Amino acid sequence: MRNSAEKLSNDISLMKKKHRPKDAAQKFAIYACAILTVVILFYLLIYIMIRGLPNVNWEFLSTAPSALNKTVGILPSILNTLYMIGITLLIATPIGVGAAIFLNEYAKRGKIVKIIEFTTETLAGIPSVLYGLFGALFFGVTLALGYSIIAGALTLVLMILPIIVRTTQEALKTVPNEYREGALGIGTTKWHMIRTIILPGALPGIITAVILAIGRIVGESAALLFTSGIGTNMPANFFGHMMESGATLTVQLYTYAAKGQNEPAFGIAAVLVIIVLVINLLTNYLSKRFGNKNK
Amino acid sequence: MRNKFDIELEDLNLDLIRMGARAEQTITKVVKVIENCDEAGAREIIEDDDLVDAMARQIESRSMKLIMKQQPVAKDLRIISTALKMITDIERICDQASDISEITLSVCKEITIPRPQHISKMGRTTAQMVHMAVDSYVHRDMGLAEEVIGMDNEVDRLYDVVKTELLDMAIEDREKIDQIVDFLMIAKYLERIGDHAENIAEWAVFSETGVHKDRRIL
Amino acid sequence: MDIKISTKNLNLYYGQNHALKDVNIEIEAGKITALIGPSGCGKSTYLKTLNRMNDLVEGVKITGEILLEGENIYDPKVDVTILRKKVGMVFQKPNPFPMSIYDNIAYGPRVHGIKNRSDLDEIVENSLKGAALWEEVRDRLKKSALGLSGGQQQRLCIARAIAVSPEVILMDEPTSALDPISTTKIEDLMSELKKKYTVVIVTHNMQQAVRISDRTAFFLLGEMVEFGKTEDLFSMPKDKRTEDYITGRFG
Repeated sequence: MRNSAEKLSNDISLMKKKHRPKDAAQKFAIYACAILTVVILFYLLIYIMIRGLPNVNWEFLSTAPSALNKTVGILPSILNTLYMIGITLLIATPIGVGAAIFLNEYAKRGKIVKIIEFTTETLAGIPSVLYGLFGALFFGVTLALGYSIIAGALTLVLMILPIIVRTTQEALKTVPNEYREGALGIGTTKWHMIRTIILPGALPGIITAVILAIGRIVGESAALLFTSGIGTNMPANFFGHMMESGATLTVQLYTYAAKGQNEPAFGIAAVLVIIVLVINLLTNYLSKRFGNKNK
Repeated sequence: MRNKFDIELEDLNLDLIRMGARAEQTITKVVKVIENCDEAGAREIIEDDDLVDAMARQIESRSMKLIMKQQPVAKDLRIISTALKMITDIERICDQASDISEITLSVCKEITIPRPQHISKMGRTTAQMVHMAVDSYVHRDMGLAEEVIGMDNEVDRLYDVVKTELLDMAIEDREKIDQIVDFLMIAKYLERIGDHAENIAEWAVFSETGVHKDRRIL
Repeated sequence: MDIKISTKNLNLYYGQNHALKDVNIEIEAGKITALIGPSGCGKSTYLKTLNRMNDLVEGVKITGEILLEGENIYDPKVDVTILRKKVGMVFQKPNPFPMSIYDNIAYGPRVHGIKNRSDLDEIVENSLKGAALWEEVRDRLKKSALGLSGGQQQRLCIARAIAVSPEVILMDEPTSALDPISTTKIEDLMSELKKKYTVVIVTHNMQQAVRISDRTAFFLLGEMVEFGKTEDLFSMPKDKRTEDYITGRFG
């Protein structure tokens, strides 16, 4: 008792700044971790750019690969990637957002909701090659879609649905309950309230979900190898192309890398990095614009 | 559990009772002053008047601070407003006792006319009214309070009797008019004291029932 | 006496919890009725039964009747959206929607079918005037409502509530999150509001109940202990429990 009273005594000058070695060590460790992360990231980026950019030229970007001329071109793959992103999001976003709205706004908190949530979490953790296997058998064989962009996109829909559902659900949860009460208290119907108050409020979160989904689509190879295949033909028909085999950039990168052709592989890698960067900046800008509108 | 507010209200109540007791002492003394020309008693009454005023200021201050701090409602509000109203009457009783004492001190020795027969009874009745009024508040005795309110008529009647006595004297002997007026004033002060005692009883009723002179005011 | 809402033997259960026990209250038209009582006494729950906001809570069971001008609002045929148009609500925390001041006020009228621009303009102006906010915001109707101060936001919510021309306005501790000056403004506003609407307010501030209300109901442990003229209840409460509560000698 006496001891503690002495320790907490105020009979001490303010001017005795103590040296606290533990604090300093912790601070150092935290800074070191942060710096290490940044260094690794930048090293990776710079390495890819240095190895990749020399291989990138106009011909590389604007032609299809030609076995006859022995030239490498990635335009079909860029287009395939855009196809893949477009189709997948077009199917997955409405379903995912709808499911999230159901889970968060309509479903009673009970066993079924818990099971659905548990299942989506589990789906999010499954290795993508399993999706590829399932997609090849179900979409490719059972639904007879063969190796096609649409089969790949449907496979990716399954893969990114959990991301969109979970992220949208989190976004819906951040919309204050007071908004719901306020709207219902005026006499809106539930759906009108969701459409006019809840969804606009959750929009930044939904955009985040879409960014994450795009990231996975662009980065995916294993799930697409067996479903959309490795085709590198230029699309002849806008809609017809969906039924053709088509390699995304990542799949093409994989095929080159697998054959040991490092130059085009790094070239594609550099293009991929730039595309991802542009998509992120764009969505960031969009979400800020929508987010700021009401602040 | 008794909270701080309860303790403060009880302190206020005790202050009020103390002040009431002071008025009772004063009125008892003043009867002796009138009856026996008690000069020492008269001086005490005059001196103590400042003390009574100080008590009143203390109760006012306590009450106002309680209103500020507690924003009282219901019974609490009645207790505090009763205190604020009652001290005025108690203060007036002591003031008038002091006035009676001053008159007595200045004229007592030179009095040549006979003391009005009923002035003594008037003094005793008003004194009793003050005692009963203070008691009715202290013991929350509504019956006693009603009795006090009824007694005021008796004091008024006695005042008329004394006045008639003095008027008769004035007609007989115009030379003694000074002394007659002095007695009339003493009688008038006593009659006023009776009114204040009645007021005290009325506030005692209010503090229990919220009703003042048959009207709900809170 | 003109009765607007009459509550008969109302019982409410949250699962096993018997939250309102045989409540009987007659709410007078054109008056302010205050509901007071300690936290968890059921006063807010009762308020929310008046426009069926309790429907949003899972596991609520209600017996008894609440009659709005003679019609039982818990009748299965009742359209809740119309009920809530007639019986509006202002909440404890100011909750303007994340949109412009104009759109906040126009939200309700639009829901109830008013699309015409000039009609909406008129409603917005009148509602803001009715909530004593017009002068402060007339130049920035297109700005976000979230940029207003807390007190302004709450008056905006009142304007939003009156924009759908309700008959009754329910207020759930509308000033508990506000500073004293904003509180005074809202209290002044309430005495204006009662000229056109019937107001029911839940408040923790007993002085506020005394200042603004005509009738007061005291709730305790789900029971409505005492209901009467505010002046009477705060000067001569009939029930010992009421006296103990209003004089701060609770428990």
